[in-house]
Amino acid sequence: MHLAYPAVLAALLFCTGLYGVLARRNAILVLMSVELMLNAVNLNLVAFDAWLSRVAEDTLHSGQALALFTIAIAAAEIGIGLAIVLAVYRNRGTSDIDRLRDTAEGHDPDDPDSDATGRALPAPAAGEKAEATA
Amino acid sequence: MTTTTLAVLVPLLPFLGALAGLLLGRTAPGFARPLAVLPTLASLALAATVAARQGGGGPVDAASELTPTGSVPIELALHIDGFAALTAVVVGTVATCVQIYSTGYLRDDPRYPSYAALVSLFTSAMLLVVYTGDLMVLLVGWEVMGICSYFLVGHYWETPEARAASLKAFLVTKLGDVPFLIGLFALAADAGSFRITRILGAVAHGGIDHPTLISLLLLAGVAGKSAQFPLHTWLPDAMAGPTPVSALIHAATMVAAGVYFVARLLPLFEASQAAMTVLAVMAAVTMTGSALAALAQDDIKRVLAYSTIGQLGYMTGALAVADRGAAVFHLLSHGAFKALLFLAAGVVIHAAGTNSLAAMSRMSHLRDRVPDAYWTMTVALLALAAIPPFSGFFSKEAVLGVAEHVVTGHTEHAPAAAGWIVLLAGLLTALLTAAYATRLWLLAFRGSGTEAPDHGRQPLTMTTVLWVLAVPSLAFGGFAFRALPDWFDGHDLTPTLTTSVLGTGVALVGGIVTYATWRHTTAYAARVPLGAVAAHPEADAGQVEAEAIASHEPAYGDVAHAADPADPGRLLLGRLHRHAAVGFHLDAVYSALFVRPVRAGASLVRFLDREVVDTYVRGAGTLPRWLGAAVRRAQTGNLQTYVSALLAGTVVLAVAAVLVATGA
Amino acid sequence: MSTAATAGALAAGTVHRAAGSPGFLSPTGVEIAFLLVGLVTLGAAVVTVTTRQLVHAALWLVVALGGLAVEYLLLTAEFIAWVQVLIYVGSVVVLLLFGLMLTRAPIGRSPDADSGNRWVALAVAVAAAAALVWVVVDAFRTTWIDLDGAPSGTTEVTGAGLFQHWVLPFEALSVLLLAALVGAIVLSRKAKAGSEPGAKDAAASGTATGASRTRRDQEGTR
Repeated sequence: MHLAYPAVLAALLFCTGLYGVLARRNAILVLMSVELMLNAVNLNLVAFDAWLSRVAEDTLHSGQALALFTIAIAAAEIGIGLAIVLAVYRNRGTSDIDRLRDTAEGHDPDDPDSDATGRALPAPAAGEKAEATA
Repeated sequence: MTTTTLAVLVPLLPFLGALAGLLLGRTAPGFARPLAVLPTLASLALAATVAARQGGGGPVDAASELTPTGSVPIELALHIDGFAALTAVVVGTVATCVQIYSTGYLRDDPRYPSYAALVSLFTSAMLLVVYTGDLMVLLVGWEVMGICSYFLVGHYWETPEARAASLKAFLVTKLGDVPFLIGLFALAADAGSFRITRILGAVAHGGIDHPTLISLLLLAGVAGKSAQFPLHTWLPDAMAGPTPVSALIHAATMVAAGVYFVARLLPLFEASQAAMTVLAVMAAVTMTGSALAALAQDDIKRVLAYSTIGQLGYMTGALAVADRGAAVFHLLSHGAFKALLFLAAGVVIHAAGTNSLAAMSRMSHLRDRVPDAYWTMTVALLALAAIPPFSGFFSKEAVLGVAEHVVTGHTEHAPAAAGWIVLLAGLLTALLTAAYATRLWLLAFRGSGTEAPDHGRQPLTMTTVLWVLAVPSLAFGGFAFRALPDWFDGHDLTPTLTTSVLGTGVALVGGIVTYATWRHTTAYAARVPLGAVAAHPEADAGQVEAEAIASHEPAYGDVAHAADPADPGRLLLGRLHRHAAVGFHLDAVYSALFVRPVRAGASLVRFLDREVVDTYVRGAGTLPRWLGAAVRRAQTGNLQTYVSALLAGTVVLAVAAVLVATGA
Repeated sequence: MSTAATAGALAAGTVHRAAGSPGFLSPTGVEIAFLLVGLVTLGAAVVTVTTRQLVHAALWLVVALGGLAVEYLLLTAEFIAWVQVLIYVGSVVVLLLFGLMLTRAPIGRSPDADSGNRWVALAVAVAAAAALVWVVVDAFRTTWIDLDGAPSGTTEVTGAGLFQHWVLPFEALSVLLLAALVGAIVLSRKAKAGSEPGAKDAAASGTATGASRTRRDQEGTR
């Protein structure tokens, strides 16, 4: 089999996951996209292991071992990630990540719901937030 | 101790006293008075010793060069001839009198320690100027005097008059000091040395290439320091300072420095006919103008200030006809009687509670309240008016005699024109001097009206000093004119018959005319009530004077004169009175020539700074602000935006790295 | 780019050794299967990240991950393929579905599933894809994987490798998993109630009531 097939598939899957991470609003969908990216990497690891174990007579099977580790770490990640999302949801009542803008310029940390009435701020950010929290 | 050591100690002792006074004044005020009086007194004793040892013989010269200072060496040099020795004695005497007088005059003043220390420093600087043989060292003393006069004239800095006067004194003298400094450098460049002896040697051998230019530059500084026309305007305003300071500045120190400086370098000025003529014109304008102005002043101290300017005009006149002996002779006798006049005026102001002659002329029995001041001031005024046999007569006759000497054909040292100018102006001024002296005496002591307030006897420190100074005012001239030529250049200082008769005659005419006018005008005094008296008659003299100065303008409408129809000067001067009262509008001229252009320049600079420079500054600030606004807009708090930017950057970097690695 | 360069050098080496490798125009059966499954996988992934129904996204994720498992099988990595099925399809997706439920994700089409960042994301993703595909194709277009012979990813081979050469990282990973477990519990339990340790789902469900109560409180304040 040509190595290009799995490599290109992995690249495309990775970019699909990338798009999901950047474009999705719900934090859990973002986590799913992260899973897609991790799996793209796994596909690469497996494909290159299959190639190198023949060509370079690699008996360590490092690609497969790393793929396994990645799967395990992905599982741990998804657990922690979901726990964080749940905690955020419990505190904020939402899991939309574009509403979690506590680090925005001029954000009032004590009162996340009343940014519009807060200090006079650069109009776009404050306006968007007011819209989002209204 | 050698004469040199003693001479070094003369300026050093007051300097150390000033230093100690400034250091201890706040922590140990009890030491302030001894620290003020004793070093000055010791300095006087040493100066007298030095004078006795020098004895009019050859000059004592000593020099030590501390460190090489470039092409023209600066040396700590002494050059004590007869002029220096005697001038130092007068400076020491007047300074000692002033210090003793001040202990009484400012006895309750909280700033007395710093005041006394500054007076000591002032004295020390003047003694340095007198003794030094190096022009750079002289310049140090010269400038120290300038700054001390600034502080001392501004002693009552609570009053706006004193603040303005101190600034004016400083700025006007600095206006002269700049050309003075340039002249000094030019002189040193020509002569190759700052030593007075070497410069005079170079002058004698014709080694000075630009004597006219240098002389005129130096004259500017002399005019500023010695209050000669046109830089004299600071001196009348300096009356806002305490009376002892006025006495010190006017009698012996600051204003004498300019005359003394010219006397020292007279051969240099003689080398330029133009400079001598300028000096003569300056002296003539100064003495006549100031005498006219003195006749119109209402403030007793301003009368004396203008008289100082006039007497300094006599001195520069004597220098203009190339006789420094006469100039320094007049300097010495004037130092004595002018110090006496000022100190006595201080007593009178304290007793009367006002500095206005118009108010004094409406008080009777003022002379009974202050008999010491009355008698000593009478002596001093007679000396000022040059009535024989008082000392002023002899010194003034010396000046007039020298001028007559030049006029009659002895023009080897000075141009005949200078002689004529000085002689005629001197005679006219003698007339006017007698007139304003008489006017001062009549208005101050022959007043009629309400009885002067009685504040008890004046402090002994103040009255004793008056009698001490009355002695030289009375007798110095008569005894000295025979002995002084041995100390000076050897020129005869004996009064000549012509000028004596002429001078005394015009003086008597002036006095009698003024008396007659006064008899005529004094009847008006009762009809026009005038007067403002200090509110704290029991306070010390300094405070009374400060209040008198501060209240003069609100009471009479002007700081200098009062609209008093009983004033004989008004009748004598006629239409000139209005102009003379304000010093012939010279302040207005200065205001138009210098103050307004400087103000306009300042507002232009302000405009340029605010509107032009700041525009660039604000413009420079705008770009970062815009950038900051743009960057702030990027801080949305949205993680996805951040990660998008991060990954976009990563992609760009990765592509760039691939391109570079593949050599594309 | 040193890795890419190395890979390119390796690929160049293999060109010589596998001189007779077939071109792209004459695919083998395995390749055809790989391509077809890959297309399905990619399609499922794209739908996962674009669908507006959140639950459908999770289900399409199952298809994508399952397709990847098949690809692993085609690459003779059978152990990893089964692990993929077990862990991803079996537990991770289930966990994600639980998460969706616990955060009250709307059932059905939600119009705001994508954030306003979509077009930027699309640009970045397309640019990244173009760059990656270009580099990968440029580097590996002649590289051939010889899948004949003994399979390289059987359970036996993988287990031997894992427990002979990789045992230390393996143990470290188990510690990591434990830490993640504890961390998840700590994060997701309520501030006061510390009941039922170890039961992550129970703790999570316990938090659900808390979350709903918070929600109610906030609605009350509005």
